Parts: sequence; structure tokens; C-alpha cells
Amino acid sequence: MEPLRTVESRTVVLPAANIDTDQIIPARFLKVTDKQGLGKALFSDWRYDGEGKPRADFVLNRPEAAGARVLVAGDNFGCGSSREHAPWALVDAGFRAVVSTKIADIFRNNALKNGLLPVVVDPATHARLLAAPGATVSIDVEAQTLTLPDGSRASFPLDAFSRYCLLNGVDELGFLLAQRPAIDAFESRR
Amino acid sequence: MSPRTLFEKVWDGHVVRPDTAETPAVLYIDLHLVHEVTSPQAFSVLREGGLPVRRPDRTVATMDHSTPTLPRRADGSWPWADPQAEAQVSKLTRNCQEFGVELHALGQPTQGIVHVVGPELGHTQPGMTVVCGDSHTATHGAFGALAFGIGTSEVGHVLATQCLLQRKPRTLAVRVEGALGPGVTAKDLVLAIIAKLGVGGGTGHVIEYLGPAVRALSMEGRMTLCNMAIEAGARAGMVAPDEVTFSYLAGKPRAPRGEAWEKALAAWRQLPSDEGASYDREVTIDASAIEPMITWGTNPGMAIPVTGTVPSPAAAAEADRPALEGALRYMGLAPGRPILGQPVDVVFIGSCTNSRIEDLRAAAAVLAGRKVKVRSLVVPGSVAVKAQAEAEGLDRVFRDAGAEWREAGCSMCIAMNGDHIERGQYCVSTSNRNFEGRQGAGGRTLLASPATAAAAAVAGAVADPRRMGAV
Repeated sequence: MEPLRTVESRTVVLPAANIDTDQIIPARFLKVTDKQGLGKALFSDWRYDGEGKPRADFVLNRPEAAGARVLVAGDNFGCGSSREHAPWALVDAGFRAVVSTKIADIFRNNALKNGLLPVVVDPATHARLLAAPGATVSIDVEAQTLTLPDGSRASFPLDAFSRYCLLNGVDELGFLLAQRPAIDAFESRR
Repeated sequence: MSPRTLFEKVWDGHVVRPDTAETPAVLYIDLHLVHEVTSPQAFSVLREGGLPVRRPDRTVATMDHSTPTLPRRADGSWPWADPQAEAQVSKLTRNCQEFGVELHALGQPTQGIVHVVGPELGHTQPGMTVVCGDSHTATHGAFGALAFGIGTSEVGHVLATQCLLQRKPRTLAVRVEGALGPGVTAKDLVLAIIAKLGVGGGTGHVIEYLGPAVRALSMEGRMTLCNMAIEAGARAGMVAPDEVTFSYLAGKPRAPRGEAWEKALAAWRQLPSDEGASYDREVTIDASAIEPMITWGTNPGMAIPVTGTVPSPAAAAEADRPALEGALRYMGLAPGRPILGQPVDVVFIGSCTNSRIEDLRAAAAVLAGRKVKVRSLVVPGSVAVKAQAEAEGLDRVFRDAGAEWREAGCSMCIAMNGDHIERGQYCVSTSNRNFEGRQGAGGRTLLASPATAAAAAVAGAVADPRRMGAV
């Protein structure tokens, strides 16, 4: 995993609340056995019509969305299934942070393991971001702050261990493998 | 020791290393269930790192999401939806062989939906920690296990170390007072609970379902209740084990036997929450006020009684209006109209929520001696459920009514195996998610109980199962 220290980018805004993982990537794209190239299926049913043609009015199809690394979404983003294909698709499409007022538990866990930063901000900051699509924001992982174009800052929670892993590009599996003696001891005392 | 909840007892018993300010707890996993969709990339990580599966004896695989529900062809081959589905299932077979993992494969009498097979074989037991790369792992909490869904990276962690890094979740008690009325089921109860909590209301929490209406449920009903905890945002739902649990488990192939059974029983009896144990939040529901429920919108919290009316955005708080309007537009429903009589095109009875024997009996009770007016698919949760249903003659009831009686699998709940609805169609479904496109791109799902789904099949429209003999 690449270290993630800061994200500076224009935002893409999807204001709908409760965007579920079936919208992020529909189940018919889950029949893969690797994780590459899923970005093209991101929000597929919103991006393309029944004939597979891009919907011109969908935000990700607009030129200003190109290169955006920050997705701002309505409350309770990522609810639904445990498919890690959802963060894989977002990362493959270039996103490095998702900002909302609430992010579903399993999606958040999966995002953190793929260098995608879940940013939960207060409702006032969220409202400002929703009202200003395309605004350039700056996110500092170490300081746990999101800075708006006018310089005002909002802080967000981030577990100390997740922060360490993101900043250093550390995979959690290595940490768990190093717990082997403790796991052996646990198994033998049960 | 101060009084502890069921959740706290199970958690405490599995901490390999407690959490600190810097690191999460290392939590031991007793049972790891695996299926074809969320595991291939995890096995690849093991292969790349030269790692074995640490505890193949605690790892059990089955195939369910991408598998066909039509029978084998005359030449013995399976009617795969596409080569990708077949390749994904073959990959699981090869991974299980290479890493020594037990597999309940397609064609075997033990195959089925992972959350149906685990309990019916006795793999799932009270007090265990159970995980699977599937959000409906919450189902297994019906046994007083701590069971939750994980992503593929974490599937790799458990395969390699039998452990997960976890921060302790908060607890939410859902007390269900009173008794459910005739024709009102666990599915109606859980839809009413989600409508009350909201689809994000349980985020960060483990739910414990308590109260007389929960105690009165069978294991099948408790599984339905826990299965949909995730639809309220809670990672896990739990019901304390009792005599109902123990008699379900007794004699199951993987349940303990003899002296080990007695020892296990003694330990399981210690699991229920202590008198005076406290929860971070508590919610109370009156079971007697619940009617058969059905969803009208695009998430499982958008549910109303079958006798109710489709909500009107004009009557909602301003902040909620866009979501209501969006859902009504997608569903093609008019606000303020009764949902009863809404025409439907397809009925699906199945999924990890409602494909167990009791669910099929409830559907058959409504369908007996009647004919379906629309395409109706009945998909048992496992080969064993299918065999039992056939032994009871339920398959005859379904076939005589004009419904399709299929092989076991996830089928039209997630529409990965070729079973799907068409754009614009309405489907009354006993599954767990009415998200846009869940049952097929552009399809419209109305979630309900097996009795309500069967009633809709007979009427060709949303109907009240209590008027068709549902009990």
C-alpha cells in the first residue's frame, strides 16, 4: 500500500443519503477473481443508461470530475454489503478520500485497507461541501483535518492504528502475523 | 466482576491481545465461513506471501452466489450464467484443495447458502466468534454467537492468522415486548425495527434482541431477525441462547456429542446477559402493534404495513424530501396511495433471510390449493432444506400452484447467477435488500415475508397474507 499523507483535490459531490454498495458497484461486476480495473464499473447504473451509453448529466461523466480524488457524499455512505470491490473501484477510479457525515462500518474498514481515507465531518462542514461541488479541499491525514477553500478547518476522527498504517503504507496483515506467539498462547490455553 | 452483556462475554472470551490507545484488540475467530465471491483475492494474498491457512479446521467453504439454480443438464454439466461465474466457482474449488479447506461444493448434499448451511450443519454454535466475507454473517448471531461480515482483506487476515484487528463496538438493546399477531413473522418484526432505527441507526453497534417476542421465535425466526441487523447499519445482531437454541443444535452433524455436549451446554448457559448489565443504547418495540410489513422504497428502512399508504414527501421533514422523492421516482409509485393492490410482475421466495424450512412452510400454507398469477421462483436455502421440503410435499404445493421450484443458492436476491428481474419490473421478494438494481438493473424490489410474498403471487399484486390463511 502506498503511504497516504495528504490529499489535495477538487471534490465530486453525490448528495444522496444512504448510497449503498450496490450503487457503488453492482453485484454483476463481482464475478472477478482479481481486483484490477474495477473503476470502470464504479457507479455503473448511475453512469450509464440501459444501452450502456454514458448519462451526460451524471456528475462523474462531466469533464470537471476528471482527476478528482475526493468524493463528498450524503449521510451514511457505503451501507449494505461487505464487498471490498467498492473501495477497489473507487481507488481504481482515482479517489483517495470519501467525505460524509456517516460512513458504514464495513465499508470504512475496507476503505482503510486500500489507502482510501474515510472522512466523517460535522453537519455544518458537510453542508458547505455539498453546496460547493468542485471546491478544492486539502486533507491532512496526520493532523486529521480537512481544509476548505476559505482556509477554515474541520477535524475528523481516525483510529491511531489506521492513521499509522495510512501514513506509512503499512499493511495490517504484517502486524497480525507478528502476533503469532500471542495467538499460539491463546490457542493453547483454551 | 460487574454484570456483562452477552456481547461482552463473547468478546472478552476471544481477546488475544487487548486494545490500547495505539492498537486495536486482536480478536480470535472460531469459525470462518468462505464463499466464492469475496475469497479469491484473499487466497491470492496467501499464495503471494507463501502463507498457509492457519486453521483449516476452523474454515468452512461453500458456493452460493454465482451458482445456477437450474438442475444439471443431461450431460452432467451445470447451466452457468456465464463463463465468469463458472471460473469464480472453479477458483474456489482449487483454492480449497490447495489450502486444505473443507468445501460444501455444488452437487453435494451439504451445499447451500453459507448462512443456511453453517447453522444447519451445526458449525455455528453459541458463544463463538464467526466471520465471513458477507455482510449477512449477522445471521449466526441467532445462536448467541458474535458474527459479522468482513471484507476480502480481512478474509485474508483470518485465513492467515485466525484473528482480526478490532475496536470494541458499542451495544444496542432492542427489546421487543408483547407478542406478534397471527400472520406476523420475524421478517415483519425486523422490517419494523429497521424502519424505526433507520438504515444507519445501528452503525458502530452490536444489537442484542431481547424480550418475550424474541424468546417466542424459532431458530429460523431468530436467524431472519439477526440476518437483517446489517440493514440497520449494525454489524451484528445477537439473541441469547436458550432451550430453543439447544434443541435446534442437538444432534446436528458438527455439534458436540456425549460428554462434550454436556460441557458445551454448561458453558452456553452462562452466556445470556447478566441481570443489571447495561447497554450503550436501548430501544423498545411493541410486537402487538406490528402488522405484515412491506418496503415501498430503495432501502430496507423504507417499510410500511401492507395496509398502509406510500409516504408523501410533502408530509416529510424538508431534509428527508429528496430521498423520498428519489425513491418514489425509481419505484414508480405515487405518494399517498395504498400499497395493497400494487401490481407485481415477479415473486421471489428465498435468500439467506427467508429460505429455511419454516419459510417454505409459511409460503406453502398460502399457496396450497391456489394458483400464482405471476412468475414465482421458490429457491430453497440449501440442498438439505430442499430435501426436507420435498419430503414434506411442499415442492408439490409450489409446482401445483405454478411456481418454479429451484436448486439451492442466493439466486434472485443478488442476481449474480442469471436469476434476475427485468428493468421496470416489480418483485415482491423475501430477500434483504431493495437497493436500486439489486435484483437486476432497473428492477424494483418490495421486501416482505414469505407469507406476504406468496399472497402477492396469488393476487398478482401486493396483498395481505392474513386474508389468505397465513398464521
